[in-house]
Amino acid sequence: MRSRSSLLGRSGFWIAVALLTVVFVAPLLWMLSTSLKTNPDATRQPPSWIPDPFTTSGYQPLTNLTSQTPVVRWFLNSILAASGNAALIVVTAALAAYALARLDFPGKRFFFGLIVGTLFIPAFLFLVPNYLIIAKFGWLDSLWALILPSAGGAFGVFFLRQVFLSLPRELEEAALLDGANQFQIFTRVVVPLARPALATLIVLSFLTNWNDFLWPVYVLFSPSNFTLPAGLSILQGAYTTNYPVIMAGAVVASVPVIVLFIAAQRHVVESVARSGLKG
Amino acid sequence: MAAVSSGVERPVESEPEVLSAGHRIARHGKATPYLFLAPFLVLFAVFIVAPAVYGIWISLHDYDFLLPNKPWVGLANYQDLFSPGGRDAGDFWQAMKATGIFTVLSVPLLMVVPLAVALLLNRSFPGRTFFRAVFFTPYVLGVAVVGLLWRYLLDPNIGLVNSYLDQLGIHRNLPWTTDLPWAWVSLVGMTVWWTLGFNAIIYLAGLQDIPPDLYEAAEVDGAGRWQQFLHVTLPGLRPVLLFVLTVTILNSANMFGQSFLVTKGAPGNETRTAIMLIAETGMRSFRMGTAAAMSYVLAVVLLLVSLLNFRLFRIRGESS
Repeated sequence: MRSRSSLLGRSGFWIAVALLTVVFVAPLLWMLSTSLKTNPDATRQPPSWIPDPFTTSGYQPLTNLTSQTPVVRWFLNSILAASGNAALIVVTAALAAYALARLDFPGKRFFFGLIVGTLFIPAFLFLVPNYLIIAKFGWLDSLWALILPSAGGAFGVFFLRQVFLSLPRELEEAALLDGANQFQIFTRVVVPLARPALATLIVLSFLTNWNDFLWPVYVLFSPSNFTLPAGLSILQGAYTTNYPVIMAGAVVASVPVIVLFIAAQRHVVESVARSGLKG
Repeated sequence: MAAVSSGVERPVESEPEVLSAGHRIARHGKATPYLFLAPFLVLFAVFIVAPAVYGIWISLHDYDFLLPNKPWVGLANYQDLFSPGGRDAGDFWQAMKATGIFTVLSVPLLMVVPLAVALLLNRSFPGRTFFRAVFFTPYVLGVAVVGLLWRYLLDPNIGLVNSYLDQLGIHRNLPWTTDLPWAWVSLVGMTVWWTLGFNAIIYLAGLQDIPPDLYEAAEVDGAGRWQQFLHVTLPGLRPVLLFVLTVTILNSANMFGQSFLVTKGAPGNETRTAIMLIAETGMRSFRMGTAAAMSYVLAVVLLLVSLLNFRLFRIRGESS
């Protein structure tokens, strides 16, 4: 039974893996290939996978800063918003998580309960009130609207607290005996020890913010203030039938996150897996 | 991180407590923990706690962002949604229905297909990490990229999908984005493609936590592959299955970008989801009171669904 099914099983297994790989990779290759085509080539039937002629002209309208679709600006806006948001999250969450993991103070349980409790509130409940709050601060149509609100989220604190709890206490004790204050222990002992976790949180926050779609579509109005995801939908409107340009925009929005994902793959995948086991 | 670790060179005197070995002594000043918490708490209070309460307040007013008066209307916004002739009742329940259809169609697929992929990847074989990354990659792309890409792939006239169906001799020009049931097939299909990797990774972690000796014991008892799956794998995955189910339902209920970019709610408003309607009502028409009421109704429905999930899983857990 075993040996008969194992040969059959092994080839079946590789066929399944190969099919899945094609299904997952082909659309992405098609996106890349189309972005390097001329428009007639992109709409040719039957479709051809190799651009003929090979051209980067699809990318050229993206560099035009004065057009209604300044993709280069959107790219910079996305970089600023996503890195600003990730930096703010990692700094504020790490400080708060340290207090909740290592310091004793009245109200600790209350604060932790309150913070964790908000993890279960669906995000759409914050849409309308946060829009009004951002409007009151005068931050509509600015990058502040993208950097600030999600930095109040509880995930980073929750995640880093778990990590800090698992760190050995001996080094902290030693630093304390050497006369270090809590802030010094935090920056010199805890932060270096937790570097992989902090990097993971930075990457996850960056990816989430970079890909955010609904919020920027509604809080940003001027084309020059758009992020890439928000801009892509007006790019689709402006170049309705020019597929190479639209796919070039999609490639520009994909490359940074794919590069970041490949660089941090193990950490990202592991933290996703670990988040599941909490349930 | 560099910003945190720089500027550390402060005088040690700033710590008032004296340490002496063997005695329990305050390790920090009374204010220290609150100083650590403060930056986060400011953001948390302004953008999480305040809006959670403010949203209820908004929903009890006729809150038109553009008008000076926002009169108190009590539960009128909610009553409007539940009375058949209400101004927004028709649109709202149509959108809730669209969200419901999407959830009912996508959740079973997103439970089963990723499990199959995880079982495949749970074997040890060369390149496992590579394939794990390949199946996860679409998930790191945003919905904007995924939506644009699939809108192009599913274009009735020049899209790759219809083009290959045509070559296979199957009826061509299928209206993937403009007619039913094709629009649902498209939205569900692209969502499975996009998010499958996330659930598969969680399953994979769960599978690796099942002790191998359980399988060995089952095999000694003469259990075949299928029986091992039923009696070892599934019970071992129970908490993971509950987590995946809950998260997948929540994500499906939040569906927005796919409909917004690919079908634009078409045909008619059939694929306009609840989130799409809430966003349009609140942040395009600026009728915030109604939009806030809609989001609380959706939240309560989701809460009931989650409670039902937990209950079902607990009952099944007790009986097994």
